[in-house]
Amino acid sequence: MRLHEYQAKELFAAYGIPVQRGVVVDRAEDLLTLDLRYPVVLKAQVLVGGRGKAGGVQLAATPEEAREKAARILGMEIRGERVRRLLVVEAARIDREYYLAFVVDRSSRRLTLVASAEGGVDIEEVARRTPERIVKLAVDPALGFHPFHGRWVARRLGLSGPLLGQFAEVTCDLYRLACERDAELAEINPLALCDGQWLAVDAKLVVDDNARPRQPDLPADEETTELERMAREYDLSYVELDGDIAIIGNGAGLVMSTLDMVAHFGGRPANFLDVGGGASTEAMRRALDIVLRKPGVRALFINIFGGITRCDDVARAIASAPPPVPTSIRLTGTNEEEGRRILEQAGIFAFTDPEEAARRAVALARGR
Amino acid sequence: MAVLVGEHTRVLVQGITGYQGEFHTARMLEFGTRVVAGVTPGKGGTRVHGVPVFDTVEEAVEETGANASCIFVPARFAKDAALEAIAAGLDPVVVITEHIPVHDAIAIVDFARRRGVHVIGPNCPGITAPERCKIGIMPSHLFRRGPIGLLSRSGTLTYEIVAGLSRAGIGQSTAVGMGGDPIIGMSFVELLELFERDGETEAIVLVGEIGGAAEEEAARYIREHVRKPVVAYVAGRTAPPGKRMGHAGAVISGTEGTAQAKVEALQQVGVAVAELPTQVPELVARALGR
Repeated sequence: MRLHEYQAKELFAAYGIPVQRGVVVDRAEDLLTLDLRYPVVLKAQVLVGGRGKAGGVQLAATPEEAREKAARILGMEIRGERVRRLLVVEAARIDREYYLAFVVDRSSRRLTLVASAEGGVDIEEVARRTPERIVKLAVDPALGFHPFHGRWVARRLGLSGPLLGQFAEVTCDLYRLACERDAELAEINPLALCDGQWLAVDAKLVVDDNARPRQPDLPADEETTELERMAREYDLSYVELDGDIAIIGNGAGLVMSTLDMVAHFGGRPANFLDVGGGASTEAMRRALDIVLRKPGVRALFINIFGGITRCDDVARAIASAPPPVPTSIRLTGTNEEEGRRILEQAGIFAFTDPEEAARRAVALARGR
Repeated sequence: MAVLVGEHTRVLVQGITGYQGEFHTARMLEFGTRVVAGVTPGKGGTRVHGVPVFDTVEEAVEETGANASCIFVPARFAKDAALEAIAAGLDPVVVITEHIPVHDAIAIVDFARRRGVHVIGPNCPGITAPERCKIGIMPSHLFRRGPIGLLSRSGTLTYEIVAGLSRAGIGQSTAVGMGGDPIIGMSFVELLELFERDGETEAIVLVGEIGGAAEEEAARYIREHVRKPVVAYVAGRTAPPGKRMGHAGAVISGTEGTAQAKVEALQQVGVAVAELPTQVPELVARALGR
């Protein structure tokens, strides 16, 4: 789960990482009465990237100018996401920009520090163009991260004097935050030098969804759609896509391959719903309910490979509430015969072969 | 020979008194797996399907000679359970549990590496060597013994492909479900090394999916070290960036982790990549010269 910049910065501040003074607003009029030193920077609070290029970050010299600009930004949609809030901060005079992050690195299987003296830009781009400008340090989990590690990194970024030790402090604070808050990514880009002081000018924090139970004071998740949240409550994985064939399957890999099959035969999936490894009749009923709520669904494809999931359980759910759209079903595996019998009694046909079923689903979506 | 498990494997089930632990212990016993002990702290002295239950792993190992672990413990206790198994020297440690926090997985995998223990998972279906040993939750009836080593990041997709192979008359030496999380114990490279050495394995099937760079790392390893034919399938060609597709680890971040990049990397080193999972048996038959 990704946090908004202002939420991340509140946490950063709590861990001693210096951030600018700022206020969150959701109405343009509020800009006229803020207790801030001008000029200020208005920053759209959205979870998608690329807000700067889209005009979601602007400088304002006076309260009146800020109000005008805020009104414009608050009405914007950035890559499909409506701007509902602004973070307004006192503008800082930035001398240099660095990059600093801790990220769960899948290859080294460790929390890894990534830093660069090329901050304020896309770090993936820096890594591609000038990999020698990136400093990486995989943290030994048994040892932890200590100030000397921070100084080791600082030296490689060309830092010296008091800045070196202060940078090491920021790295230690960020490490502590990443561990205690179960971060998959804790990123400061840019980490700016302003009048000899470090300042986290932007903040990105992605918290591990699996750690939610032990991070109870996290803000509400705004990244997901309403249906995605509903699915999560039922312990189903659901992802919204933009086609017209609703897709249900059991197991993440199987559902992904089901999407691929549908696309292979020329269809467009409307969504992705994984009912999980041991789907019950009840879970299947809820799955059907969720995928069909999506507007514009013209056909449904159910691909079940019974393992722990039993075909008869799945069949019972389908038979008890036959889907209102044309449906192609593939059913095989545990208790297949019983499942097939239940469906037949309800006048519903099921394929054994996934390819045939996928072709059928695509044809149904085209009205054939 | 199978990889990692075999007739010698004596399995300890951690979380044996829970719903999943109890159910799958019965399935493992039916398969012929030697499940010799269970552990649930506080329930020592009882039995599940005739298997003695102990309070601690240490005691279970002393009493029964267990040498491998299968973990069904709920996510918030799973790190503790896995560390206990690794500390006791059980090998492999198969972590079935889903939703383990990634920082916990890092700690588990790191401790295992220090102790030289093989961890499979978390969030995995386990490992099956047909006719010898099954640790985990894979449906037993799909398997038949034969020359294919299979390694996969997905559970049900593994079943789909194993069923297809068995139907085509092609059996398996060992099938390993590595797990769908971003941090897992054994990944493609470690398993490719074992399968390349394994005398029973004649060809390898690698089942990947979007997210991370494990398939790309596998491709580099195959180019240098693998002489056996490899057939692959990568799920998620149509997955959009930034969305987690069911598995915590199945997510395209920025430009990293796309199916296209993985398919290309594998094809470049001579791996036959299937476009659909249903094409895998045919490609395998060709690789075996059948």
